[in-house]
Amino acid sequence: MSDVTRIPTSLTQGSRTAGGIGESKLRPDGTLKVTGEFAYSSDLWHEDMIWGHTLRSPYAHAEIVAIDTSAALAQAGVYAVLTYDDLPARQKNYGLEIADTPALAAGRVRHHGEPVALVAADHPETARRAAAKIRIEWRELPLVTDEESALAPGAPVLHPDRTDDCADGQRPHVPHPNIVHRQPIVRGDAAAAALRADHIITGEYEFGMQDQAFLGPESGLAVPAEDGGVDLYVATQWLHADRRQIAPVLGLPEEKVRMTLSGVGGAFGGREDLSMQIHACLLALRTGKPVKMVYDRFESFFGHVHRHPARIRYEHGVTAEGRITHARCRIVLDGGAYASSTPAVVGNAASLSMGPYVVEDVEIEAVGLYTNNPPCGAMRGFGAVQACFAYEAQMDRLAAAVGMDPVAFRQLNAMSEGSRLPTGQRVDSPAPVAEILRRVQARPLPPERQWESAGGTADVRALPGGLSNTTHGEGVVRGVGYAVGIKNVGFSEGFDDFSTARVRLEAVGGEPVVTVHTAAAEVGQGGITVQAQIARTELGVARVVIAPADTRVGSAGSTSASRQTYMTGGAVRNACAAVREQVLALGRRKLGTYHPAWTTAELLLEGGKVVTDGGEVLADLADVLDGEPPVDVELPFRHRPTEPFDIETGQGFGHVQYSFAAHRAVVEVDTELGLVKVVELACAQDVGKALNPLSVVGQIQGGTTQGLGVAVMEEIVVDPATGRVRNPSFTDYLIPTILDTPAIPVDVLELADPHAPYGLRGVGEASTLSATPAVLAAIRQATGLALTKAPVRPEHLTGT
Amino acid sequence: MRVTFTVNGREQQADDVWEGESLLYVLRERMGLPGSKNACEQGECGSCTVRLDGVPVCACLVAAGQAEGREVVTVEGLAEDGLSAVQQAFVDAGAVQCGFCTPGLLVAADDLLEHNPSPSDADIREGLSGNLCRCTGYEKILDAVRLAAARRGEGA
Ligand code: FES
Ligand code: FES
Repeated sequence: MSDVTRIPTSLTQGSRTAGGIGESKLRPDGTLKVTGEFAYSSDLWHEDMIWGHTLRSPYAHAEIVAIDTSAALAQAGVYAVLTYDDLPARQKNYGLEIADTPALAAGRVRHHGEPVALVAADHPETARRAAAKIRIEWRELPLVTDEESALAPGAPVLHPDRTDDCADGQRPHVPHPNIVHRQPIVRGDAAAAALRADHIITGEYEFGMQDQAFLGPESGLAVPAEDGGVDLYVATQWLHADRRQIAPVLGLPEEKVRMTLSGVGGAFGGREDLSMQIHACLLALRTGKPVKMVYDRFESFFGHVHRHPARIRYEHGVTAEGRITHARCRIVLDGGAYASSTPAVVGNAASLSMGPYVVEDVEIEAVGLYTNNPPCGAMRGFGAVQACFAYEAQMDRLAAAVGMDPVAFRQLNAMSEGSRLPTGQRVDSPAPVAEILRRVQARPLPPERQWESAGGTADVRALPGGLSNTTHGEGVVRGVGYAVGIKNVGFSEGFDDFSTARVRLEAVGGEPVVTVHTAAAEVGQGGITVQAQIARTELGVARVVIAPADTRVGSAGSTSASRQTYMTGGAVRNACAAVREQVLALGRRKLGTYHPAWTTAELLLEGGKVVTDGGEVLADLADVLDGEPPVDVELPFRHRPTEPFDIETGQGFGHVQYSFAAHRAVVEVDTELGLVKVVELACAQDVGKALNPLSVVGQIQGGTTQGLGVAVMEEIVVDPATGRVRNPSFTDYLIPTILDTPAIPVDVLELADPHAPYGLRGVGEASTLSATPAVLAAIRQATGLALTKAPVRPEHLTGT
Repeated sequence: MRVTFTVNGREQQADDVWEGESLLYVLRERMGLPGSKNACEQGECGSCTVRLDGVPVCACLVAAGQAEGREVVTVEGLAEDGLSAVQQAFVDAGAVQCGFCTPGLLVAADDLLEHNPSPSDADIREGLSGNLCRCTGYEKILDAVRLAAARRGEGA
């Protein structure tokens, strides 16, 4: 305690801690990522490692009559070949909400690409060749591919052992075992309200199967440990949920499965379910060697769940003045062969199916099916996307029916703070739906014929068809379209959603240093950047270290549902507050005698110092911490509780928070060839509080582009006759390139949510919702076509 | 077989290379240079872009044997004293999210700016159209290339 007797000074400007919330602080991993040094899960390496490979089913629905692995095992360089019979524990299935996914096929496969056997070998090619030598005798089974075939009398029941389809053991929760989940919502009296309608508009819509198409393939490294457990380094969205599903299948207690997050090359929901986790661990435990698995792109299309394709039917009534009277809707989501997160997707689709509009009288039903199509689960927008596509198409048709401008019509019916969702829940924070629409509409339109240069020649790069030089401007028409959407933030329906943060403050080399340790997955969204910003703001310390995410700290929940800044941000803030209290108590004890303000004033930590709320500096934090053990706190954070939706009426306080985004799309369409060029896709979104404005804008632009993708090009195509995926490659599954993506100007609103940490709103998903219907609306305006299916294909535009 | 070529100015050798192995595999798994990324291994995404004798190629489509005796530059070779202008611009502009596309984009952008020091937006879009990014929506990648072009211009 040498130089603690310094005289209090006034805190001068600039001594506040830089790099706190509200600043566009640069990401701490940026430099490693641009030099190529950042270790993604596919970059992991262990001296002694061997390679794992999965053999997958070529059939969508078939029985495995016999399986012979002897030729594969006999191949030189092969260490192990595993099938269902080698699974070590009684528990052989896993799943996020329902454990119905076999770790390896149990005598029957239910979708094309289902994992059947595993091989470990000294070279990836050896493993592939050995897998090809596994002999399997198949007996094909009849396919269930859509609602009709799933619910037909005598349809094959895909999960006969499912027992949880009865809510109370008596009354079936779902009317057919091939329905994973069903959520009706009934509120008011739609039949009576329909009598007030001057126009009734019905529409049927179809939404294709979208893929997350993250660039970093599923991959990881499992290292067997001396204690009989395993250390797994993997790219995932939720370490603890993975472990909860992995450990029982390995027959290990959870603490013997230690997980560390490795570099994640994007996620978007596609890493919520397990992919290679159990497989790599099984091979590592069997061979006693570290096992690396890396999917190639082909396998990646089978390695993760996709966005649910949907068939959607809406009926809306509207008065001559443009007021929506009532709505009925039915949303059928194809969940594919296994449940994944289908129940929650169904709940979202149902509860958000009226969009950000006031509709008091509704009859809604959403169902999720089991079929022999690829399993579907989480993807950015999570059930809200499909509904938004359809209700926004309806809004344009309703506006046209009453002769109103589409934006004015939406604004007239827009919800606002205090409005009710069809679930009866009041929206108790700002809901600037009319305002974000106003903002995208007020933006000047991009100039016409931008592709025309001074001399009258065309820059074909800016035209529909682009470099393929298909038009020089002839046959090109322009359209403008609008859309807006509502997305819930966080986990809903009574889920005990929490995140945990551990924060440590200590003096290192005479300087205060904060270490933040959470299990929150950084998937590229910038979570670690805002965690550090929060710690700087709360503790007034410039140096913040983010410890690697692993299972040595409590669960952080999933990096999904736009919840991680809210939840882990909230946890870091809580833990920091507790650390601050302990440090101030320490300061009072150690130094309190030097200045009365230690006990009389409100004290803050800023710029590495303890200061009074009047700005008087009492001490350097380093001096308070000097010679003391680190101040170390681990705390969970929970958002306010939600409740399940009633299974009959759908009523309930189901969601924590909402996020709103609006888009205006400007498109040019070559009507002869059916080619679309999106010229601009402007977005306005309310983020409550932008903790890092640069990342917020980046998230909104990224989400917008995924919405654009499914509007005009992205779709996994399943052959209805065989159930096989036709386009598992980046050659045939198209995602937008930089030439397909227009300028995306973003207008960020910050209307604080009083219930959330710092007033923030989850950002990641909302822009994905409205981008798709805005583009569709613009194409409809340009062409006059009805266009009820996303993605729009050239043949839809040319009528061929 | 044995393959010998120059990577980022240093001669490197790999033994027991199987004939079907790609340049990407040899760089990543045998030479300890995982900077070039393996997003598709189908020549569709550009994540594995390297320069082979100065020409950008998809390393996943080049058989390792084809690189024999030639010169390869990967993302690991872009930085000299500190980050190169393009690398720094990607960090500053917020063009890096998950970053999986970044190494390939950097090599492609570096090549673009070498041939066209002040590209128009359309030139940038054309020059980078072989590189997929799933996270950013490309706006900030455009910003980064513009920024790098401006900074390189100032430096010249
Ligand atoms: S990995 Fe080579 S182009 Fe995609
Ligand atoms: S930053 Fe993730 S793919 Fe480009």
